[in-house]
Amino acid sequence: MTIIKRGFAALAAGALTTALAVPAFAEPVKFDFWFGLSGDLARVVDTLCKNFNDSQKDYEVVCTSQGNYDATLQNTIAAFRAGKQPTVVQVYDVGTATMMLSGAYKPADKLMEENGYKIDYSDYFPGIARYYATSKGEMLSFPFNSSTPLMYWNKDAFAKIGKTEAPKTWEDVGADLKALKDAGYECPMAINISANESWQLMEQFSALHNQPIATKNNGYDGLDARLEVNKTKFVQYVTDLKKWYDAGLIKIKSKDLGQDMVQAFATGTCQVILTSVGDHGTIGRTQKEGMNWDVTELPVYAGTERKNSLVGGASLWVLSGKSDAEYKGAAAFLNFIHDPKTALFWSTNTGYIPVTKSGFDYMKSQGFYDKAPYKGREVAIASLTASEPTEITRGVRLGNFTQIRAEFGTQMQAIFANKVSVQEGLDTLVKNGDAILERFQQTYPGKTLP
Amino acid sequence: MEKRVTFGRWTIGILFAVPQLFLIFTFFYWPAGQAVYWSLTLQQPWGGGNIWVGLDNFRSILSNADYWNSITASMIFAGISTGLAMLIALVLAALTDRQLAGSWLYRVVLIWPYGIAAPALALAFRFILAPEAGFMAVVNRVWPGFWDPGLDGADAMASIIIAFSWKYVGYNFIFFLAAFQAIPRSLIEAAAMDGSGVIRRFLDIQFPLITPTIFFLLVINITESFQDSFGIVDIMTAGGPANATNLMVYKIYSDGFKGLDYSGAAAQSIILMLLIIALTIVQFRFIERRVHYR
Repeated sequence: MTIIKRGFAALAAGALTTALAVPAFAEPVKFDFWFGLSGDLARVVDTLCKNFNDSQKDYEVVCTSQGNYDATLQNTIAAFRAGKQPTVVQVYDVGTATMMLSGAYKPADKLMEENGYKIDYSDYFPGIARYYATSKGEMLSFPFNSSTPLMYWNKDAFAKIGKTEAPKTWEDVGADLKALKDAGYECPMAINISANESWQLMEQFSALHNQPIATKNNGYDGLDARLEVNKTKFVQYVTDLKKWYDAGLIKIKSKDLGQDMVQAFATGTCQVILTSVGDHGTIGRTQKEGMNWDVTELPVYAGTERKNSLVGGASLWVLSGKSDAEYKGAAAFLNFIHDPKTALFWSTNTGYIPVTKSGFDYMKSQGFYDKAPYKGREVAIASLTASEPTEITRGVRLGNFTQIRAEFGTQMQAIFANKVSVQEGLDTLVKNGDAILERFQQTYPGKTLP
Repeated sequence: MEKRVTFGRWTIGILFAVPQLFLIFTFFYWPAGQAVYWSLTLQQPWGGGNIWVGLDNFRSILSNADYWNSITASMIFAGISTGLAMLIALVLAALTDRQLAGSWLYRVVLIWPYGIAAPALALAFRFILAPEAGFMAVVNRVWPGFWDPGLDGADAMASIIIAFSWKYVGYNFIFFLAAFQAIPRSLIEAAAMDGSGVIRRFLDIQFPLITPTIFFLLVINITESFQDSFGIVDIMTAGGPANATNLMVYKIYSDGFKGLDYSGAAAQSIILMLLIIALTIVQFRFIERRVHYR
């Protein structure tokens, strides 16, 4: 009996060993991807990662949300200093200059080439590619989630003042807001003036009007770039916004005050807002029943030759100091994200726009932009591709730009609270911003942007 | 007879102290030393290298008007919130100690606020004090434009002071109540028989007897108002509007972590540390003289 039992045990053990010795599947190579989106968007990223892991057997990406963009960059830096960095990390648009000087990355274009993937870089929308490319046009990171701002307008309210079209110029906007106010609307237009709105109010406005934010082509040509928004058309814009605010045509809406501008628009409280195309889905889902609204490109001043708007969002960087196997996985992952089908999945489930022409064409061919919830988002592509990017509508490449945005919020608040005049506030913005830029330059002595 | 425990050799004493010293070194002296080193250099955030700049970081910070504004804001915040938190807690504790109807309930309830994490508390107050949606919306309807923490720096400062004081009232209350209850009943009763009223008994007997507690809480409250205000500021105002609530500790965070200026932030934290040390010395030197320990 015991002998038989032992025999069985030996047989079983033998079978087990054979099974282990000849594995049907090799253990997939794991690598980390850290990203800065949270909530609904984080769930979409998780699904994206799952789709990648299910699509092949060799690699497994482990995706971890770090909460927000700032935290992602901070945590990545801390991890890098401790030698525990992720392989792929999502870095927001304004972190690009910091990343380029970090010496902590593996150029994305080189990575793809080494691993045998052919990426057609001319397929990227130029406005998107140039934002992240070096001054020589090399792609050090891959554009990922991308957006651009639009003007959202309430068709019902504009119908009351006899308008069926959105205003195209800021002069018309001023007249329409006045008419809306006279028609009894408490809040014709909502803005906010924190650091975040530097994006649509200062950066995008400057790009559309082909006005520089800083010297040296907005910083692309050197770390010695300095701000110059206190002597461009931007001064007139802030003056007008302040004038309209004083006349009660513009209200400030923020979360701290009880309702942010997206909510204010969706509930019908405010009739016009300027915000990212990424909010298109949110407004559609949360809008007041039966409200008619649409999106259009941001207005420009009369007589302006409209240029392309800037891309916002983040790109994917591959960090240095990882194994070849992990780099193979990262390359496969980036290639997966580059696929037009992934673009369709990504844009359907988020408000972000496709970053490549082939992705956009594929989505058009699938009828994505014809139907109600997504109709209108093609305006974002039109805005991004309004012109070939000029030397200063490529983007903004300034060190510690997060702090300059914070300074923008501070000075706008001082202007709107009547503490300083528009010119004084913008002069201070330039002065303090230049101190930040100077400090950045001193921190990287002898280094130049690639 | 020697009552203290003594060791035959001093090495044994040192050995007993080593674990504690090791902890203090690892978690206090070493990081503090690093901060001092960073404050004298320009650190590249990714660790690519650094340059020795001597006292340049301190010079540029101290010549920056925004930094002085931040020091002023911190002082105002510390002064008012410490005063409010201590005064309210003192009154509440005195009333609870008098065994008014329902005081057993206050005794439990008033301790709760201290147990709430600063960000959660700040979220609650952000809603309560929101000018368009919360409780203050009612006030704004009566006096339009009365309350606007989004643009009015004074209103924003008031919001964070209210939130911080509310939290520390609970903390101070525990200590005050314990101090009151440690006063022998016979003293109060004797005074009552001599015909002194509630206020007089409070001023002449209870107050002098709890001065050690008041002094202790003063030191703690001022120190905490410099350090523990971070969560509240971050959620409620993020330092705005126009830097009105950009307290020193918040500026360290935003310059260091958001702006990746590790050296500037290190220098600021050294200044903050020196300031708290100086304030504490002043308190021990000049206020403690008036404290009567039993």
